[in-house]
Amino acid sequence: MTSSEIISSGSAGAMRGVGGGPQTTNLGDILERILDKGLVIAGDIQVNLLDIELLTIKLRLVIASLDTARQAGINWWESDPWLNSLAADGSRGKELAEENRRLRGRIQALESGERDNGRAR
Amino acid sequence: MTAEARCVWLYAVTADDAGLPPDGASGVGGGRLRAVRAAGLTAVVEDVAEDEFGEAALRRNLEDLDWLERTARAHHAVIGALAGHGPVVPMRLATVYSGDDPVADTLRRRNGDLREALLRVKGRGEWGVKAYAAAPADPAPEPPGRPGDATGPGAAYLQRRRAQLSSRTNARQEAAAGAQAVHAELIRLSVSARRYPPQAPGLAGQTAPMVLNAAYLVADERAGEFAAAVNDLTGRHRSVLLALTGPWPAYSFVGGSGTSGEE
Repeated sequence: MTSSEIISSGSAGAMRGVGGGPQTTNLGDILERILDKGLVIAGDIQVNLLDIELLTIKLRLVIASLDTARQAGINWWESDPWLNSLAADGSRGKELAEENRRLRGRIQALESGERDNGRAR
Repeated sequence: MTAEARCVWLYAVTADDAGLPPDGASGVGGGRLRAVRAAGLTAVVEDVAEDEFGEAALRRNLEDLDWLERTARAHHAVIGALAGHGPVVPMRLATVYSGDDPVADTLRRRNGDLREALLRVKGRGEWGVKAYAAAPADPAPEPPGRPGDATGPGAAYLQRRRAQLSSRTNARQEAAAGAQAVHAELIRLSVSARRYPPQAPGLAGQTAPMVLNAAYLVADERAGEFAAAVNDLTGRHRSVLLALTGPWPAYSFVGGSGTSGEE
């Protein structure tokens, strides 16, 4: 199966191939799919991809553009399981973030409660 | 013992009645593909040399970008060929076993997951859509500074530069909003969707910043409609340039529900 990329331009409103013809599938597209997508079943010869320097290759592929995205106000990757797994265990990171949010809410409630009490007195 | 130790590279799991790719198709090690069958499922595998694909070798080779590219493309080519014959559950790169028995064992142990995944991707394909921020229109040129004006050429430059930067920031924000709208619309035409982190500029031969990198699982009979929608959205959202790839084997939609990130 070949997956050629077709760029669709706003001004032309028509589909056309990049560079005027079909191109070979972009390596980045393949890697992002076959490195951490696909069904993950550990073979009995185990190589933890996350342990390998490969991770840094992948980082170079995807992360360099995060600043750009952040400037544009896109922050969905902060809950991306793969990216989270970089910092620590992904689910644990999410848990901490969730707990953090809960605690902030609680503190806010307590503080506003204090103010209300202060006024009531 | 043979001189060369072998191990088994797993590409994908298919339904038991699915065909293997034609004999000519060769895999990551240049060898022939064969099937390991168990519990009503077929694992498509290749015998590979341990000194290239064994654990120690993999650790070394995966760091070699040329090896990685070659292997990734070969892995993908086999899975793509299989997907032409029927539903496939693609395996992550470098899923390696010491022999056929542990492969068969996996088919039995993960039977439920695998069948569920096969069912999910049957008659459906994965389409990739990327959106790039369209280049901002350059701000109107400043009138040339009048002689004796307090603002010298330096100040005029700064002013121009500031206008340029703010127009770029606006373009980014518009592009992000455009990407969001495109994504929302495409979700409606798909069975499920997943967003990837944006790729670095330059990767796809594009210098514009990527604001959307998403995969959509689309029923085969709606593929035409989906492509037409991408085209149509491009006309409506001038802040982004859209790129469509596919159909891909459903790499992004065979994981457990926890990893598919369905939106």
